[in-house]
Amino acid sequence: MLDDTDRRILRHYQHAPTLGASDLAERAGVTSATCARRLERMQQEGVIRANRAVIDWRALGYEVEVSLRITLDKTQPRAFDEFIDAARDVPEVIEIQTFLGRVDLRLSVIARDMAHYQQLYRSAILTLPHIADIEALMHVARIKSDEVLPL
Amino acid sequence: MIELDTLDRLILREMVRDATQSASAIGRALGLSQPATWRRLQRLRDMGVIKGQRLELDHEKLGFGVSVFLGVKLATKGRVSLEDFERAVSAIPEVQTVEHILGLYDYRLRVVARDISDFERVLRRRIMTLPGVGDVEANVLLSEERRPGPIG
Repeated sequence: MLDDTDRRILRHYQHAPTLGASDLAERAGVTSATCARRLERMQQEGVIRANRAVIDWRALGYEVEVSLRITLDKTQPRAFDEFIDAARDVPEVIEIQTFLGRVDLRLSVIARDMAHYQQLYRSAILTLPHIADIEALMHVARIKSDEVLPL
Repeated sequence: MIELDTLDRLILREMVRDATQSASAIGRALGLSQPATWRRLQRLRDMGVIKGQRLELDHEKLGFGVSVFLGVKLATKGRVSLEDFERAVSAIPEVQTVEHILGLYDYRLRVVARDISDFERVLRRRIMTLPGVGDVEANVLLSEERRPGPIG
């Protein structure tokens, strides 16, 4: 299990994921060897899943981001699986989430501009299987996005 | 806007998979020299295509069993400043993301909690007491998948 030192390392690492092992060790107040050993153990145990680069889609010309909240036709027993499989084939879908609540699923879709979004919506989204209802929310701004856990 | 060629896309995909890889490791995997890989990586960073890194942790192993998305509608638009709401909501440690949206709701929040009763505590004590909060809709996250996006 994790002890206070592990949590301290993770706390610092979460806030500065680009740090190398020695800088991270210094911030967390442990030796480089301890830090490296604990990081390795937490990776092996699956506590740390990955350290991923974050892409700025706007820099690549994708100016529009839309959240599509989707309700599925649940009389179809394989509605979730078939919908998700088909959504995976749409490259502009960057996130697929499933929920317990008022909506079943949410897709994050990016597009170059509104015209591109319209075209995607008609040709790739509305054609996905088993949709009962769909609601679009347009992203205006990200106020907080660090996704840090309160460890 | 920056145009990417196939090698840039492959390098980006590698970095999204594991950003701790060295330029030489990525280069080896793609049959590209270390200096050439490094130059391309540097360009992707300089142009802001790679805007940072994110540590992906196993929430459950760290004791956070529940993630909930809240749609929040402000009750008294115009009377409460958006800045005040945004500042207050961003300061809550359990709130991981805050997005300003147009549509049914004004804001979408991602909240983590240890379990449902912990979530109830956060909702009652922290969220419902925010300035200007009106309707709140909660959807409990069951599964989540991040896709590579149009760089494949």
